Amino acid sequence: MAKKPVTFTLNGTERAAFADPGQNLLDLLRRGVGDLTPKYGCAQGGCGACTVLIDGAPHLSCLVLGETVEGRAVETAAGLSGAALHPLQEAFMVHFAAQCGYCTPGMLMAAKALLDQTPKPTREEVEEAISGNLCRCTGYEPIIAAILSVANGSVRA
Amino acid sequence: MTLHRGRGFAAINYPIGMNLGGDPSQALVHSNPDGKFTVTLSSIDLGQGMKSVTRQIAAETLGIPVEDVYVDTADSDTGPHCMGSFASRGTHRVGNAVIQAAQEARAVMLDAAAEELEVDPADLVTDGQGNIHVRGAPSRSITTMAACQAAQFRQGKTVSGRGIFLIPLSEVDPDTGEMTPVSCFAHAAMIVEVEVDDETGEVSVTDMKSAYEVGRALNPKLVEQQLRGGAWMGMSHAAWETTEPYYPDRAHGPVDFSGYLMPGPGDLAPHHISILERPAPDGPFGGKGPGEMCANPVLPAVVNAIYDAVGVRIDDLPVTPEKVLRGLRAQGGAKPRRRL
Repeated sequence: MAKKPVTFTLNGTERAAFADPGQNLLDLLRRGVGDLTPKYGCAQGGCGACTVLIDGAPHLSCLVLGETVEGRAVETAAGLSGAALHPLQEAFMVHFAAQCGYCTPGMLMAAKALLDQTPKPTREEVEEAISGNLCRCTGYEPIIAAILSVANGSVRA
Repeated sequence: MTLHRGRGFAAINYPIGMNLGGDPSQALVHSNPDGKFTVTLSSIDLGQGMKSVTRQIAAETLGIPVEDVYVDTADSDTGPHCMGSFASRGTHRVGNAVIQAAQEARAVMLDAAAEELEVDPADLVTDGQGNIHVRGAPSRSITTMAACQAAQFRQGKTVSGRGIFLIPLSEVDPDTGEMTPVSCFAHAAMIVEVEVDDETGEVSVTDMKSAYEVGRALNPKLVEQQLRGGAWMGMSHAAWETTEPYYPDRAHGPVDFSGYLMPGPGDLAPHHISILERPAPDGPFGGKGPGEMCANPVLPAVVNAIYDAVGVRIDDLPVTPEKVLRGLRAQGGAKPRRRL
């Protein structure tokens, strides 16, 4: 079967790649355009490590067909920081919200999706937002604290 | 349906490393042409902070800023031998090896500085900011970079050091079996509170209070992070996760993350942590290792708390609703003890 050309914006920049039939977005991002920030965890939607935003909404890129992002806006953790760290990245650093770091890009994108929609979430809303993202190291508490600190504007407090 | 609250206590003495047969780790330290230092290891940092802690230890021993140290590790082709990252041994074993290697490198660096300054190396001190000066005469100084460059480009010396840490094999007394298998223990105690639903058998952990004696907390934030994450893992082992739910019957084993239960972000319990510092005599700057024991005491504390709450003694982990309900049925309902 033929490869299919896909054009989409990745973190605001137009990108093009050839998607293999059946190739998922995670693989297209990592091997097609070289963005290694979405992580390959389980490849069946169980861990959240591959979470990216598509048109602002969080998606598990392992469960999205690559060719379906034609014309859409994809955001990954690679696009979070410009000259300075994104407030979420800063907060994750200050709160030691990572150990091995494998879940972190997915956590950041899940958190960004939440805060973009709900700038002042409750703790329960934060828990809900990251409930599809598994973390084996931190016990989640530092991650929740980091996200809430961004919402409260108290990252460095 | 009634929710029964209970409290359980557990304490742990945790041996650092495994002492049967040496348990060695090695480290190499050398300066680069820019006067910064590389620590070469093959010890694994899987997020617990091996690189951060060995970097701090090397910087402290060399007497240079932590920014001037790079730790290159995790490749057994290029690094000196390490037994591995397990048994909470990393900080203690590798840290001691790094100190020995850094001391040797520091001595060469001070020799080189002494030659440049035309003084006795025994009179030199480092300020931790990248300078070496004569004790009591800060103006007679040379940067660590200049000293290392002089060694390399003028004096023909390698500013480098080798380190190994080894626990001598403990002989076993043939008559009594007595031996000293462990040189360093860390200690902890914790109290866990649970809520047990006597209709569904569900257990939720509602509060944890712990006190950990970890030697010196070389990096307090990393220590706290390990204790927090580890307690979550202990809670998970106590009441959630298993690969063999009906061991030895292999049926119904989880095959993916959907079937492998772990507490999620909505299942957390507040965890109040106290860190007590009693520097270990044979630890690097007194450090021990909190790595493994941060999960261990949670399990017995949870089981004890369930016993306290409903009088059911469970000795097979994890504690599932089924086991709680079977226990309740066997004893004719909840029999709260409330001992603590």
